[in-house]
This record gives sequence, structure tokens and C-alpha cells, in this order.
Amino acid sequence: MVYLSIFFSEVYKIIFLLLPVLVSVALIVWLDRRIWAFVQKRKGPNVVGPFGLLQTFADALKFMFKEIIIPASANKIIFILAPITTLTLALIAWAVIPFSEDMVLANINVGILYLFAVSSLGVYGIIMGGWASNSKYPFLGAIRSAAQMISYEVSIGIIIVNVLLCVGSLNLNEIVIAQENVWFIFPLFPMFVIFFISSLAETNRPPFDLPEAESELVAGYQTEYSGMMYAMFWLGEYANILLLCALGSILFLGGWLSPIDVYPFNIVPGVFWMILKILILFILFSLVKAVVTIYRFDQLMKLGWKIFLPLSLTWVVLTASFLFFLDILPKPL
Amino acid sequence: MTFYRIIKTIFLTEFVVALLIAIKKIFKAKKTINYPFEKGKISPRFRGEHALRRYSNGEERCIACKLCEAVCPAQAITIESEIMIDGSRKTTKYDIDMLKCIYCGLCEESCPVDAIVQGPNFEFSTETREELYYNKQKLLDNGDKWETSLAKNIKADEPFR
Repeated sequence: MVYLSIFFSEVYKIIFLLLPVLVSVALIVWLDRRIWAFVQKRKGPNVVGPFGLLQTFADALKFMFKEIIIPASANKIIFILAPITTLTLALIAWAVIPFSEDMVLANINVGILYLFAVSSLGVYGIIMGGWASNSKYPFLGAIRSAAQMISYEVSIGIIIVNVLLCVGSLNLNEIVIAQENVWFIFPLFPMFVIFFISSLAETNRPPFDLPEAESELVAGYQTEYSGMMYAMFWLGEYANILLLCALGSILFLGGWLSPIDVYPFNIVPGVFWMILKILILFILFSLVKAVVTIYRFDQLMKLGWKIFLPLSLTWVVLTASFLFFLDILPKPL
Repeated sequence: MTFYRIIKTIFLTEFVVALLIAIKKIFKAKKTINYPFEKGKISPRFRGEHALRRYSNGEERCIACKLCEAVCPAQAITIESEIMIDGSRKTTKYDIDMLKCIYCGLCEESCPVDAIVQGPNFEFSTETREELYYNKQKLLDNGDKWETSLAKNIKADEPFR
């Protein structure tokens, strides 16, 4: 009986985390399209529901009623598994994201490692989808995507090392608390810029949307997918974008901390600040989508390996020596 | 690379400027309209759905001269005519295959009595092909339905004919 009640309470917790995440993913898709339209002086989706807020739900409903087509030459098991993998990996990463001091599903001590591991696994969904489709465009898209995600994961990892040097803990809550005096965006501003650009590449957003470059690869790894399976890829992609926005706000923008520690601000619950920071980062993401042109693949690789990697490595050395010589290294617990 | 360009690259100045322009554009007036709810302005010469007009006493304008049938480059028009009891010549069949029609407007131009005209309506899509084979009754109904705007458009275009 005791085990059963523990099981149910955990299930409730998971549902109360996942439902808001999925709903906000749907709303964020709407926001993305709307901002994109506004920058191009269009109106964007504004018919379904107030301000078109329900557009994504209508789209999801449409996807549900569409037929799922599996190509005859596809590897069926992997073909079906690929979108499931993408969505699952994008959602399980949310388990460790702290929305406020005690609003976190799993407050584990190696939170940032877990997050990094899960987001690295995300590339598998795409590779599986591209390979199992057994057709040339998805295959090329998957290869590009794998190369791109692996290259930029390296620099994201080193940027995270930068932050960890200043914190001295892998726990996400402690990373947030370490920023009580000053957010890491100020001392580590160049790292924040590199992190932002790398996360654009990591989530296959423009200007790095080469895996699904319409003009050359149709839709990349998603070409053969239809119906709900396509929608799962799509949800996973946006859940990943939100996740990286959340990671960025935890690492650099002080997570659930209020911007200034004075009366009207510090009684507002941390959830509000966390969501606000995620939203601001996401709006930046969609503005970037509207202003930039696509990169060539060799330029992308050059940027990742020849510029971002040496730059962030140098910055690790700089941060470490700065902390060491000023004797302000965080104390081991 | 000049020094100036290196500085520009490192500080992403052009990117930041582009972002600021994008933010400025967000608050500008929109260039698009809510199409099904509000419609754009169309010229009086717009060549949309066909209609057969009547005189104000209800008599059909068409005199079955078959000029439109002869001029139609897509051969979409089929006309059969007969002499009526009162001695006038009228059509017994006036079919337009809207799938063949290329909306060139030559039928309207050739008509001596402004009987066949192309109106302002462009939203007449159907779910089957058969519905787009227009017969005389359908064309006359169209004429009755759109008469006010048809008359207005013809009048507006009169000085330029």
C-alpha cells in the first residue's frame, strides 16, 4: 500500500509538470509564429481562439486525424521509435529544472550533468528518424544534424564548465543561489553570447537550420513523417528550445531569483521570474529567426570548431586563473 | 580583413542592428488583411466569374450573335439559338466550361450589348468538376445576383473603352 501511494504521488507530480510544459510548448509555437509574422509586417495566426492562441491546438488536432504513412522500405520499428525518442528525451529533461526553490521534480546533485546528457542524447531521435526512413533527403539531413549537434554540444559543455567553476556545485538550485549577488551574465557575458548562438545551432533553429533546409533537403529528417509522428518531432523540437531557454536562464540569468532584491519584487514567487526569463530568451530566439539568413554548412562547422571552441576554452583558463589568483574559488562542500 | 571589420565581427554589430530593426518593425502597421473577413480592393476591370445580364425590364440582353463563341481562345463557350415567336433571336443554350476558361475577357470585349460580362466575384470554387460547367440559367442567376456591382463597374470603366 505504501509503495502504491508513493507511486501515485510521483505520477501526479510528473503529470503536473508535463501538462504545463506541453501546453506552454503549444503556446510558444503560437508566439514564435506570431513574432515572426509581426517582424515581416504580417498578422500571423489570429483566427482560432482569442488572438489565435488556440491555433496550435487546432493544428495538433488536425495532425491526430491524419494518416500515419510508413514508407515500404523503411525500418518500421526504428521509424516509429524515432519521434517517440525525440519527444521523450525532450520531456524527461524537464525533471531537473527548478522553477523555484522547492518547485523541482528531482533535485538531484548532478542536475546539470543529467541535463547535458539528456540533451546530447537528443541527436539519436534525429539520426534514427533519418536512417530508418531509408531515403536520401532524410539521410543527408540526419548526417548534417548529427554533425552539427555534436560540434556545438562541445562548446556548450565548455561554457557550462565556466559557470561551474564559479559555482562549485552541479546542483541546479545551487547554481541559481550562487547568483544571488550578481547574475553570471555580467562577468561571463561573452560566454552567454556563445551559449545563445550554440543553443540556436543545438536546436536546429535558423540561421543553423541546415538539417531541415527546405531549399535543398525538403524537410531533412522529417521528410517521410506524417500525422502524429511528425507532430511529435515538432513538439520535441520546441520542447528542446524551451529547455535550452530554461538552461540559459538558470546558468546566466539567475533562474528563479528576482532581478532586484527590494520589497515589491522579492515577494513575487520565483516561478514568475523563471517563466519571465524563459520567455524573454525565447522571444530573442524567434527574433533571431526573423532577421538572419541561413549559414553554409562549412561556415557552420568553422564557427563551431575554429571559433567557439578555442574561445570558450580560453575563457575557461581565464576564469579559472582569475578565481584562483583572487582567491575567490568556491569552497568544496 | 581590416581592423574595422574585425571589430564589427567580434561585437556582432550588424546582428544587433538587425535585431533592433526587427523590434522596431514589430510595432509598425501590418501590410496584410484578414482575408475571409475583410477583402482587398479590386479594379472595376477585374475579370472574375461570368454573368449574363438582363435589361431593366427583365429581357435578356444576349442576342445570340455568337461573337463571344467565335472569339473565345479556349473555346469554352457553346451557344445554340432560335428565332422566338416575337421575331427576336435568343439563345436556347449558353454554356461556359469554367474549367476551360482562361479569364482573358475577350467575350466581354466582343459583346455588342454588354450581355456577357465578367464580374468581381472570384470565390466560386466547388467540390466537383460538374458544378463548374455553367449553363444559361446559372449565368443569368449570376447576372441577377451581381447586377448592381456589374452595372457600377461597367459605368466606371465607360470612359476608357
